[in-house]
Amino acid sequence: MARNDGEAGMTLVVKTVTRLTVGLIFLYGIYIVLNGHLSPGGGFAGGVIIALSFINLFLAFGAKKTFEIIRKDAVTALESVGAVLFLGIALLGFIDGGFFSNFLPQGELFSLVSGGAIPLSNIAICIKVGAGIFGMFLALVAFRGSEREGK
Amino acid sequence: MIELYIVMALMIAGALAAVEMRNLLSAVIAVGVVGLGLSIVFLLLKAPEIALTQLVVEIVAVIILIRATLTLEDSGEWLGSRPLGSLLGALFAALTVWVGIVAFKSLPAFGDPLMLVSQRYLADAAADTGAANIVAAIILDYRAYDTLGEATVLFTAVVGVLTVMRRKGVKDHGEK
Repeated sequence: MARNDGEAGMTLVVKTVTRLTVGLIFLYGIYIVLNGHLSPGGGFAGGVIIALSFINLFLAFGAKKTFEIIRKDAVTALESVGAVLFLGIALLGFIDGGFFSNFLPQGELFSLVSGGAIPLSNIAICIKVGAGIFGMFLALVAFRGSEREGK
Repeated sequence: MIELYIVMALMIAGALAAVEMRNLLSAVIAVGVVGLGLSIVFLLLKAPEIALTQLVVEIVAVIILIRATLTLEDSGEWLGSRPLGSLLGALFAALTVWVGIVAFKSLPAFGDPLMLVSQRYLADAAADTGAANIVAAIILDYRAYDTLGEATVLFTAVVGVLTVMRRKGVKDHGEK
């Protein structure tokens, strides 16, 4: 359990359960984000759930398998992309009159496409928070472990 | 309301256990009890939005803390009690409690907040923004500046962690 190499991952039981559940966790995160303007949840919670699905993958299968799916550089890049997207949505508000003005039509209450720019903000925050949390996890857990391994 | 107090008592017990525990892993698990208890408290107080966020953030935090503590040697060495330090600590705690009591007396009663701004949000949010979830309407429309500030804080935290923990560009001690 206290293995730091992150190459082998955990036992077959954990790997099998992870293979069955990790996709569902990822999908649940996307659901939470896309329904953020309709039900409890939103970009922050959904982003953390998506990050958790990658953390689950990392803990069960180890670093190599995880980096085949998403590269280390991509995680830090996505974090910045999310921040720029959120700022971009804020700046697009100038179309309608000001910073953070809700520039899109409101749509019908309780339908998936409603709330103007709020779902877009949720998606931007999701990318930012998800990549940020996973990047922090990698920095605190994975990088340090491999550094010790190298010594 | 009794279940709320039971959960809060459990949280206090978890916090005390986390402080007193000699083993780092046990202390991390006790901290996890506090966080998950807080999530239940938010649910009981009818704040599912915050409860959900608290739950997932707590899980991430406990995972990171467990992985971080497992790589460290357990340095849970008891330094012995120091009378003067304990006395100062007790004095400081008493002062904090007293200031807290004075401060809380001036607040409006629990569950009876001053709903001056909130009333307008509750009445107009659906018509103003078209979002059915009023929390999303508030944090991403009425108070989007606030959310931008939070996002900036998180961004700074991530950049800080990545900078401190990075491996590229760090000189070895021998290279100096």
